[in-house]
Amino acid sequence: MKMLLVAEFREGKLRSEYMQLIAFAQQQQADSAMFLVGSPDALPHFAGNLYLADVHKYGEYNPSVHKQLLLDVIAREQPAQIVFMHSSYGWDLAPRLAVALKAAQISEVIAVDADGLPVIPVCNAKLRRKIKATTAQKIITIQAGAFSLEEEPAATPTVVAVDTDVSGKVQCTGYEAAKIEGVDLGKADVIVSAGRGVGKPENVAMVQALAKALGGEYGASRPVVDAGWLDHNRQVGTTGSTVAPKLYVACGISGAIQHLAGMKKSDFIVAVNTDKDAPIAEVAHVLVVADVKQFLPVLTEKLSAG
Amino acid sequence: MKILICIKQVPDMESKFKVDSEGIWYDRADLAWRMNEYDEYAVEQAIRLKEQVKEADLTVLCIGPGQVTETIKKALAMGCDRGVHIADADSYKKEPIEIAAMIAGFAQDKNFDIIFTGMQSQDRGSAQVGVMVAELLGIPAVTTIVDFLYENGTIQVKRELEGGSKAVVTTGTPVLLTCQLGLNTPRYPTLPNIMKAKKKELLTVEGSTGDISRMQATAACYFPEKKGGGLVLEGDVAELADKLIQILKEKTSILA
Repeated sequence: MKMLLVAEFREGKLRSEYMQLIAFAQQQQADSAMFLVGSPDALPHFAGNLYLADVHKYGEYNPSVHKQLLLDVIAREQPAQIVFMHSSYGWDLAPRLAVALKAAQISEVIAVDADGLPVIPVCNAKLRRKIKATTAQKIITIQAGAFSLEEEPAATPTVVAVDTDVSGKVQCTGYEAAKIEGVDLGKADVIVSAGRGVGKPENVAMVQALAKALGGEYGASRPVVDAGWLDHNRQVGTTGSTVAPKLYVACGISGAIQHLAGMKKSDFIVAVNTDKDAPIAEVAHVLVVADVKQFLPVLTEKLSAG
Repeated sequence: MKILICIKQVPDMESKFKVDSEGIWYDRADLAWRMNEYDEYAVEQAIRLKEQVKEADLTVLCIGPGQVTETIKKALAMGCDRGVHIADADSYKKEPIEIAAMIAGFAQDKNFDIIFTGMQSQDRGSAQVGVMVAELLGIPAVTTIVDFLYENGTIQVKRELEGGSKAVVTTGTPVLLTCQLGLNTPRYPTLPNIMKAKKKELLTVEGSTGDISRMQATAACYFPEKKGGGLVLEGDVAELADKLIQILKEKTSILA
């Protein structure tokens, strides 16, 4: 099977996630080529044809132009699958190709079963779906972290320069850096994080008190930050900090994939949740089935007394 | 200015899900339903834009069985001007391209200046529909916005990127924008506005996927295998706290 892997380039750098695309292709024993709007000064370690468009000419985010560049390459390569990361670049570009090619798009693939059917999470990862596409060509986005290489490849690609004269109607004018000053969650040995299950902003204090009793820092899941209960520099997950402390206590956090990706490598994970089926239970070493509001004050008091 | 907001009704994600009898989706019985969280940000942004420019007409659209009119009514109570319900009892079986085709079919002759959608739904989570609507209509789309600014016909948005940085993107109209969590703070409908919403137009229309045919099907829907390993503690909170402290002493160096 022929695959076209779509690598990413952002803020002047090649994104290392391209290795996950290679891992996916290897697992499927695919014969793959790669596409990148990037720079010849930062080539991926990839053995095969790399269709390279100049990022200085075509921009890092310029969807209709990147779409056209890709369509031209697809016409040449005729891949059975076009594979993206399920990322801000991938989920933006992939549906444009699906419409142009009249090809099935399967989003956020986490595995491929023995029959070759992609598996995807649905309903906040509580359920899985297996998808059977009926089109010859498929557009796939893969979940970050689902496929990985044992070691970084050492190969050099054969570069094939590609061009287009299409222009776009949107313009990326710059970047705004993440606000993570003030606290470095990455250095904490213990992190106690608040999720939506804490109920209301006043209850965040319970999480802070437990963090203090354990000699650690407090963090938060995305909904708590979005609601303004805590600052973004406290957010754990793909769009916040990625952490691996000795102890991670998830309080009222259901465990969205983006949160799990940011904390599942912690040495020891305790989850406090009323829902035994919450996805956080998948990664927790201990699941305390309890209401955060009742359990945390008792635990904090015992720790402080002991 | 004409604005379209596309919303979806989804189950509360805290619900106890069961797989349906066909084994292709969740069982729709006994669930609590609400507006897709991402779409609440889309509705709110449209209302804020109307408050800014004054002259604007906000159409909110939802596809599904009759029960989705409840979710449309919420959007009307938040501040949308009119509701459109595309009646389709089987919409949950439709693939993103089919849903997009129904929306594009409705929107194509109406010259909307801006279309807001959520960046994905909480149940299917494909993140495809919004972009596909824009592609079918032949208008630009910018996804995953966490900031929106409108000035003299120019739109500046910020796209959320992995790691927390943001890309600043400018565009004009017409455009479709998919909204990420945190874009704004969605308002709660007030009682007077809930009453006023009852008088707002809410049309039910037939939908059509046009010449788009189905390209994929669900082969199976199922619960993931429990990886096990994790210890589950239940019971009285004081006992739970004692048990957990004991475990932390044994398994971690934190309380040493």
